[in-house]
Order: sequence, then C-alpha cells, then structure tokens
Amino acid sequence: MSKDETLGEALRRQGISRRGFLKFCAATASMMALPPGMVPVIAAALEKAMRPSVIWLSFQECTGCTESLTRSHSPTVEGLIFDVISLDYHHTLQAASGSAAEAARETAMKENYGKYILIVDGSIPTANPGYSTIAGISNVDMLMEVAKGAAAVVSVGSCAAFGGIPHASPNPTGAVSVSDLVKDKPIVNVPGCPPIPVVITGVLAHFLTFGTIPELDALGRPMAYYGQSIHDRCYRRPFYDKGLFANTFDDEGAKKGWCLYKLGCKGPTTYNACATTKWNDGTSFPIEAGHPCLGCSEPDFWDGGGFYKAISTPTADIMQAATYAIGAGAVAGVALGVANRVKHKKAVGEHVKTTIDDLEKGN
Amino acid sequence: MSCVTNTETLPVGAAEALTHNVQPLLHEIRHALAKLLDDGGSTVIDLRSLPLAPGEEQRLLDELGHGEVYARMHLLGPTEIVETRYPGVWVVVHFNNDNEVIGKFIEVCSIPDLLCSQQEDIRQGLEQLQSHLA
Repeated sequence: MSKDETLGEALRRQGISRRGFLKFCAATASMMALPPGMVPVIAAALEKAMRPSVIWLSFQECTGCTESLTRSHSPTVEGLIFDVISLDYHHTLQAASGSAAEAARETAMKENYGKYILIVDGSIPTANPGYSTIAGISNVDMLMEVAKGAAAVVSVGSCAAFGGIPHASPNPTGAVSVSDLVKDKPIVNVPGCPPIPVVITGVLAHFLTFGTIPELDALGRPMAYYGQSIHDRCYRRPFYDKGLFANTFDDEGAKKGWCLYKLGCKGPTTYNACATTKWNDGTSFPIEAGHPCLGCSEPDFWDGGGFYKAISTPTADIMQAATYAIGAGAVAGVALGVANRVKHKKAVGEHVKTTIDDLEKGN
Repeated sequence: MSCVTNTETLPVGAAEALTHNVQPLLHEIRHALAKLLDDGGSTVIDLRSLPLAPGEEQRLLDELGHGEVYARMHLLGPTEIVETRYPGVWVVVHFNNDNEVIGKFIEVCSIPDLLCSQQEDIRQGLEQLQSHLA
C-alpha cells in the first residue's frame, strides 16, 4: 500500500464498499470506547487519514503484549489498522533480521523524522547496559535515539509503562519505565499484563482518526479505558454492597459468584477496562472466572502485598490509614490500599539496587 | 492438597441477584422509542460498553425477541441485523471473518443506516452497469 494513499482510498482499492467502511468505523468506535454517535466523525476522519510510520521497540519483555495484540479477537479490524499503519520495525513480526532489520529501522526514522509513532514494550535496564541489548546497542541508547524523532510514544504493557515484572523487588537490572527516561515527548501509557488488545489498537485508531493522543489520567493512561476502576464496573458489585463475600475459593459464596474482596481482589484500586470490554472476544475476565483481580494495570502490582491478601489487610499503620481515610473520604479498605502503596514507595526510595556482583556473591 | 476433578460435586451457577441492568436498559429503549416517534431522532446503544453479568445480555436479547425483519450481510465478515418484536428496535451484530463478535449494538431507528445502499456504492454500481451494457 502506498504511503501517499489515504485510508479511504486504500480501502476502496481493496474492494471494500462504503457499507463495509461504515461497519469498520462502527467497530472502531466501539474499540475506542467512543459513543456510537461519533461514527460519522470517525468515518470522515479515517477517510482522509494518511498512513503513519510505526516503529516498535521491544526491550525487557516476555512478548506477551505482542501475543495479546496478534491473537486479538477482531483481526479484521486490527488487520485493517495494521494494513493502514506502516509497521516498519518489530522484532517478532518483521521478516528481516540482523543488520537488514536495523537498516529498516534507520530508514524509517530518517524518512519520517518527527512524524513516526514509537511503540515500546518491555522495561529498560539501567543498572548495566549489557543486561539487554539489540544488535549491540543498549536499550537505553536505542530508546533515547529513536524517541528523538518520534511524534508520540506509546508504552504498551505494565513493563514499559511502569517497569512491570523486571522492576519488582529486588529489581536486579535497575529496570525503569519509558517515562522515567523520555521527558520531552507525549507518552501514552497502556498498562496491563498484558493490556486488553482492543485498548492497544484503540489508542492507535485514536491517533489515526484525530491525529492526537487521547485524554490521559494522572498516570498517563487513556481515560476512555482506564477512567473507571474495576470495582466501579464489576458485575459482582451488588454483592460487595450487600456484604456478601466468598471466603475461600470453594465455599458457598464462591459457587454463588459473590464478591472476591476477601480473597485479595484489587478491583477497588485498579483502573482498566476488563469489567466491560472483557477478554477473549468479550467472553469473560478474571473476576467472572472466579479469580480476584491482580491489579496488573497499576504500578508495582507485583509488590502490592500479596495477590490473595485483601486490600484491607493492614501492612501500614492503622492511624496513618485513618488519616488517609479522612483526607480522601475513602472507604477504610481502599484507604489502607493507598497507605500500603505509599509505604511501599518510601521503601523503594531507600532500596539499594542489586548488582550482578551482589547476586554472584549470594547477597 | 487434592485436586477436585469431579464437577458433579461442585455445582456452579450464576447467582440470581446480578447487576439488574436489564430493566433499566429496557426503560432506556422505551424512552428512545418515544423520542423516535416524537422527533424522528435515532439512538444507538453499544452493548459492549455496559457491565452485564453472565447471562444478562442474553436475557435482554430474549426480552427484545425477533420481529418481522432478519438481514444477514457480507461485509468484512458477516453482519446480522434483526428487528425485534418492538418495531423500530433493531439488534445489530458485527462478526469478523472468523465469526467472532466485533460489535454489538441496539439501534432505535426507522431503519439502520447499514441496511441502506450508500451513495458511493450506488455510483460505483451505475458505472459497472453502464460498462456492462456498453
């Protein structure tokens, strides 16, 4: 597909009717969590959208985010979006390897300088640049070089957005997030372990449609997907409100689908679209399958005090928690969740990073 | 710890007290139908944006039922459009080529836009017919 073609021209050339294009726009609006009334606006914008270059850099990651995206349940829509964008560099998906792959990246950067979208998955090690390199270039150096010419950066997955699993205590590689290093570009965080696939493509579709990044919350996450907590949209909320909880995974409450708060559900302090958009073709999400929310779209969720300990289990001082409760007007359980996080942040600040020498000495 | 493999000893069922979103949604549809009669304004509800408990979506669709019109379209995968037992209330479901749902809407209107032939497609059809007859 020619880079000078608009999306509308490209779709017509592929034999897609106007009706088909409107179906695509309706599915895209739903994917972007926009009201159906926006479909004509999206149609008008996409008709004229030009094809942006996208460079995808993978650092300390498990490839789960790419797997989530490529196994998503609406390949027709994603396929069209990926046919529209020019994915010029991606380790898992590209055919080229070695110096040919790096040459493709450098060419894309040069030809689209200032205009390409940079997508990053994986955290970036800072304790020693040798912990993760690509073609002999450290992750830090590659990120800073490619970010210079990017129009915007999308940090896909909790690792790129917040440091993720590599960042978890004791953080032996000194893993940090993209926003810890890149300070002069607009960054959209799309956290989750992995993120819901339509959230990834929804952000791309937003950029394609409106040419801007979507409205973001305080952690740089799109409000459309991360604006409400799992707790606020959970279908088991009526049970929480009535005080009906499962106490074990096989008791009467569990069988009846009662609230999983006491089994460690982090829904009250987690912001994501799982409760409405769900997973696997809208089939289900962890709570619906009977497992408490892990809070995987929040910073430091791996060090959050235990997946099966209720948020209200105090690891913080009760008096301090009470102060938070009064200050924020929060329910006691949520206040303790916040207090636990603040205490953890202080501990991180005083934490001495482990080096490979320490590890070898068995410290 | 032993693993329980006999599911007959572990009956699991969805509880009766759910999100109670079915009734409010039916009322929203009622208001939309009244608006359609008043000023011809249409309303679209995206079912995938709502927190529905397991089984609630099906309950809603069963309540709406089937009316006189059923259309199956072939565009980037199938799309099914059904007029419910309440004329003016349509259920539109979009599938991709692997028959996976990519969009599900309730449209309250005289006829969903997708059922109408589009100007660009009509123009293209006319050009094809003209060259066929030439």
